[in-house]
Amino acid sequence: MAKITFITSDGETTTLEATSGSVMELAVQNTIQGIDGDCGGVCSCATCHVHVEPPFVERTGEASEIEKDMLELDDNVNEFSRLSCQLAITEELDGLILRVAK
Amino acid sequence: MKKSALPDPFEEARLQAGLGHINDQDDPVLMVLRHKDVRKCAHQWQRFQSGAEPGRIVVPSEVNIRKTRQIPFELDPPQHGQYRAVVEQWFKRPLEPAYRAALKVQIDDLIDEVLGKEKVEVVSEFSLPLQSRALTLLLNIPYEEAETWISWGTHVFRSEGEALDGDKAAILYDYIDEQIDQAIDNPGEDLYSVLLRAEVEGKKLTREEVKGVMILTFAGGRDTVINAVTNSIAYFADHPESLVRLREEPEIMGKAVEELIRYFAPLTHMGRVATEDTEVCEHAVQADSRISLCWASANRDASVFEKPNEVVLDRKLNPHLSFGFGHHKCLGATHTRQIMKILLHSLTEKVKSIQIEDRSENIEEWGQFNRKVGYHSIHVSFNSNS
Ligand code: HEM
Ligand code: FES
Repeated sequence: MAKITFITSDGETTTLEATSGSVMELAVQNTIQGIDGDCGGVCSCATCHVHVEPPFVERTGEASEIEKDMLELDDNVNEFSRLSCQLAITEELDGLILRVAK
Repeated sequence: MKKSALPDPFEEARLQAGLGHINDQDDPVLMVLRHKDVRKCAHQWQRFQSGAEPGRIVVPSEVNIRKTRQIPFELDPPQHGQYRAVVEQWFKRPLEPAYRAALKVQIDDLIDEVLGKEKVEVVSEFSLPLQSRALTLLLNIPYEEAETWISWGTHVFRSEGEALDGDKAAILYDYIDEQIDQAIDNPGEDLYSVLLRAEVEGKKLTREEVKGVMILTFAGGRDTVINAVTNSIAYFADHPESLVRLREEPEIMGKAVEELIRYFAPLTHMGRVATEDTEVCEHAVQADSRISLCWASANRDASVFEKPNEVVLDRKLNPHLSFGFGHHKCLGATHTRQIMKILLHSLTEKVKSIQIEDRSENIEEWGQFNRKVGYHSIHVSFNSNS
């Protein structure tokens, strides 16, 4: 079980729990504003862009080349950017805090 | 090679120069072929604009047959964003359960119909009706209206042998004018009425702007969807094992849809006009000349996609560009994805196998490249599951 907190761009905070799937799927199922997941998680739409709160960056790990290339040209990109469809939910992510980029 | 295969004609040029050349009505086009370059040029709207003379970013150019600016397609930021915002939510309606349920009924009925026939011409008897009926949901107008669009045939703008046909285009433009008149007299909850009520910066959209959105909605969503659906039928005819796999692993349906759309790339490329002297891929590009972003080539770039010429139904990383890239990315993608998901689902439920009888391939000619994009016609027989 992992607890994950989303902070949307208008400041709304939601904490959700899950054991499997991707962070994008969790957000879409719970209609977190700003995460649409249009492509279903195959790294082709960037509508699942989040900023990982700095203390958690080590736990979420590094993005793949393909993910980095996608992020590079997206709005609001910074060093904490990730595509949340590429974050698989595991115990390891318990407590994770994410800011929705859009 | 399998009958359903869509070969990649761009490979050699993509690896060597990264570019291709087309001469179109004395307004040449430099085709950008590599995934990275296509994305970069799509991103740099200040340098490569969409808001040129109406019709010019389309290849072959439509400047001689169209004066109406297509919106938001032929606008650049910041205007683009203001107009796109007017329709953005509307184009997400396909995610609503009622919309999906209605689409499912349409597609199930159509499949039942073709299962009852011995031989079916897929483009005119399956894909065109499917596309037209589904569009009534997107526009939120009565189902019967689809009959009019089906009667136009597959090419509203193009006719066999001729790249551009002003008379055919006029059918669509006159039709849209009439529909706008009707919506002015009898406003309702359809897309025409929504646009007529909409405002940008406190000002109502002009009639010409409403027309620009509607032309785009009809034109952008017709051949593309027809190609995607027809190619899907041909693919499953050649790959019955894929139908079995999707039946057994419905959880990969979303990935399969993205992969088929990557492989098909129903829209080969789209143009831009350079606003300054610049370069692409170390090649000089003059101000006011055209480039095109070749989505179809980018989708087969081996530096991004493993086994680019194979359909890998559960491809996990799939940054395909079939729906474009950046702020102009396809507004109809949500609708198209629902059509494709439901189509695949219904095929697995109802169809055991499909046989291709005969076919006439639609091969586009782009300068040195000949690209198969689909079929002019393809006869098949559908065999029922039950
Ligand atoms: C398989 C089906 C489709 C494909 C492959 C496709 C492809 C594309 C591509 C590549 C673009 C980007 C053009 C550019 O960057 O200049 C685009 C834009 C667009 N498409 Fe689609 N399209 C499809 C279906 C649809 C449908 C069904 C509709 C609506 C009925 C539609 C409406 C639009 C609109 C309105 C835009 C312009 C968006 C903007 O400029 O902001 N498309 N499409
Ligand atoms: S859901 Fe499309 S890139 Fe993440």
